[in-house]
Amino acid sequence: MAEKIDRQEVQHVANLAKLSFDDQALSKITPQLEEIIGLFTDLQKVDTDGVEPMYSPTTEVNVMREDKGIRSNQREALLKNAPDTQDGLIKVPAIIDESEDGDK
Amino acid sequence: MNFQTTIGLEVHVELKTKSKIYSPSPVEYGDEPNLNTNVIDWGYPGTLPTLNKGVVRDGIMAGLALHANITHKMHFDRKNYFYPDNPKAYQITQSDTPIATDGWVEIEVKGKKKKIGIAEMHIEEDAGKNTHTGKYSYVDLNRQGTPLIEIVSKPDISSADEAVAYLEALRQRIQFTGISDVKMEEGSMRVDTNISIHPFGTDKLGTRTEMKNINSFNFVKNALEYEEKRQQQVILSGHSVTQETRRYDEPTKTTKEMRSKEGSDDYRYFPEPDIPPLDVSDDWINEIKADMPEMPNSRRERYVNDLGLSKYDAEVLTQTKEMSDFFDAAVKEGGDPKRVANYLMNDVNSYLNDQQVDLQDTKLTPAHLAGMVKLITDGTISSKMAKKVFKGIIAGEDPAEYAKSHNLVQLSDPAQLQPIIDDVLANNQQSIEDFKNGKDRAVGYLVGQIMKQTRGKANPQVVNKLLMKSLNAK
Repeated sequence: MAEKIDRQEVQHVANLAKLSFDDQALSKITPQLEEIIGLFTDLQKVDTDGVEPMYSPTTEVNVMREDKGIRSNQREALLKNAPDTQDGLIKVPAIIDESEDGDK
Repeated sequence: MNFQTTIGLEVHVELKTKSKIYSPSPVEYGDEPNLNTNVIDWGYPGTLPTLNKGVVRDGIMAGLALHANITHKMHFDRKNYFYPDNPKAYQITQSDTPIATDGWVEIEVKGKKKKIGIAEMHIEEDAGKNTHTGKYSYVDLNRQGTPLIEIVSKPDISSADEAVAYLEALRQRIQFTGISDVKMEEGSMRVDTNISIHPFGTDKLGTRTEMKNINSFNFVKNALEYEEKRQQQVILSGHSVTQETRRYDEPTKTTKEMRSKEGSDDYRYFPEPDIPPLDVSDDWINEIKADMPEMPNSRRERYVNDLGLSKYDAEVLTQTKEMSDFFDAAVKEGGDPKRVANYLMNDVNSYLNDQQVDLQDTKLTPAHLAGMVKLITDGTISSKMAKKVFKGIIAGEDPAEYAKSHNLVQLSDPAQLQPIIDDVLANNQQSIEDFKNGKDRAVGYLVGQIMKQTRGKANPQVVNKLLMKSLNAK
């Protein structure tokens, strides 16, 4: 794991999160992230040999719901939160992806 | 230089559960847009996803059907991306602990059998559906959250023909489990391909190209064959293959480079915190195994070995579970297997093709088909009459009643037929002479006359027997 994080990396992560930072913000955020990463570097020093990875904070397993369909009738409310709609569809600027499917 | 082709396939199969994988929104096709989506699907603050037990069950069943090892301890992972087809901005999938690993299916190409390995299968959610017009795209989230199984093959496939055979074997086995319709034309089965070539005698695989969402077996074959040749030409002309995503263009039957999305492959996976892990018990796996319908290869063996059908017939009858179940039920109702098979493969199949419907959409029942076949076997109706009775049973009518009410009953009673035969013979002295002089044609003529007298209802076998007896007595 990287011990240092530079401004370029922070900019990249910000882009992935759809955030835009100006120079001033970058100068503020970069050392903060560096500190957080430093904390993880400390954590990585702990000997975890033979310890099973923990994927969830809960000890519960097999929490499942029976397969039953329930219509929420939340369409109107949800669509109010969409940037724009037309005929019950969410209207967005043209998506460039040529594939029909969103599974990328 | 000659090249060896290496193909790997990723297949997405849409499950036909009642609700979505992580929320109780209904899974229903053709509903008004965005009707089947809720605050959980949108990842609203304060909501939590809940795992659909039916999806885990179906995933285990698919794993069993593909001879894979079921993973006992598994968790889900979050794949982050921003895209309008998924308002949560992440897909919950399985990256570390796929539900099943290391399976296989057997294929046969040009008489040669081969096992194609399956690296892993995982359960995940589908994205919404986008339609594009001009400057805008329109998003329907009904499909978002629909359960999918992704099946990743090992790179064991070495030709386009093998790829299609693998897809067909996969489609069949999944279809027989009943967990999905697996129809490529309807998008419930979608295929991504990876293909590379390398010179024979070398070990290192070449650079691969990927194609996404090819939507018919034929297109898969065309696309892979074209891509195989294109890569050969690139290498033979001294260039190297670029790793990229291409798309298949049906009108020109070629593959084309797609605009690449910058930085899109940084998905920042991490274990999904909102869904507790699973620890699947052997008991549950065994229960699912016991529920699993008989697989197509076992049915084919049964049809050939126990019922005396040809290999070809067995193949045709096991194209879909519905057809095979129907056949089994009709045989159980007492229909002669060979005859039932013939009617399903010919009359029924051409009816389904003409009407563009599935077997389960018709009113035909196994009992009615078996009933009609029994009427043929016992001589009550001729196969010619059966063509008419078929029209009745396909519309849901009882074969015996239909035959009776439409006067489609064969005349097999010698006591009724003999006077007619005598009458015909009395009026055709010349034919009797001809028969005695060895002209076999005369028999055909006389049978024709008898059929005419009975308006086609006489049982030809009985007529033949009685006629020969009468002629020889003359």
